[in-house]
Amino acid sequence: MTFSIKKDAKGVVVVGVDGQLIVGNRQELKQKVLESLEGGSRKFVIDFSTTGYIDSSGLGVLVSLSKKIREQGGDLRLAGLNEDLQTLFELTKLDTLFTISKTPAEALAAF
Amino acid sequence: MELLLRVPSDLSFVAEAVELVATHTPSGILSPRRVQFNLRTVLAEALANAITYGNREDPTKKVEVRVEARSAYIRVTVTDSGEGFDPSGVPDPTAPAGLEREDGRGLFVIRHLVDAVDFNAKGNAVCLTLRAG
Repeated sequence: MTFSIKKDAKGVVVVGVDGQLIVGNRQELKQKVLESLEGGSRKFVIDFSTTGYIDSSGLGVLVSLSKKIREQGGDLRLAGLNEDLQTLFELTKLDTLFTISKTPAEALAAF
Repeated sequence: MELLLRVPSDLSFVAEAVELVATHTPSGILSPRRVQFNLRTVLAEALANAITYGNREDPTKKVEVRVEARSAYIRVTVTDSGEGFDPSGVPDPTAPAGLEREDGRGLFVIRHLVDAVDFNAKGNAVCLTLRAG
């Protein structure tokens, strides 16, 4: 399974991405997050602690989801990026669009 | 060492093709970290572009991946059956106007993660070179 979803006590949805977020599985992530959004969830953390690589389609789906969630008054935050993934976000300047925490626990505490 | 792979024009095969190439690339040329991140990311990008824009997800067409592994470099050439495109016409995805766009970052990401990017004259084959290290 590529994605895991759990909700913490405060109602924050944490989505774990195992392996990669790329063109072949981005729709699955989009569908899972949008289902939670439609179900009333507004706070999301995408946990990349076990993610090896993300392609531009994966980056694109994060941008799209973030926009949709903000339109509903919510927030999508990122956590657990390794050094290479952090650099990818900086290169593409997407680090300016997202709140990025070192760990999922930090992201949850900041909500 | 050379490896030739023909990938169906179906985006669900990208991850599998990337793993196949990454796990069959001889160790000791690129660091494990660059195989894990740089090689996998750029190959996923190139395959997605070839399948989506080159072969337009036509199931009758294949994308060819040729890997050349030498002591000094790994070179991956991805070729589709499309009409080709002009890489100079791709706008900068980091410009403020494009930052919230969902697409348009593929070539930019590739250029930053490899040592050289070359296209053939037609624009339907991209050659990605990662120097040893």
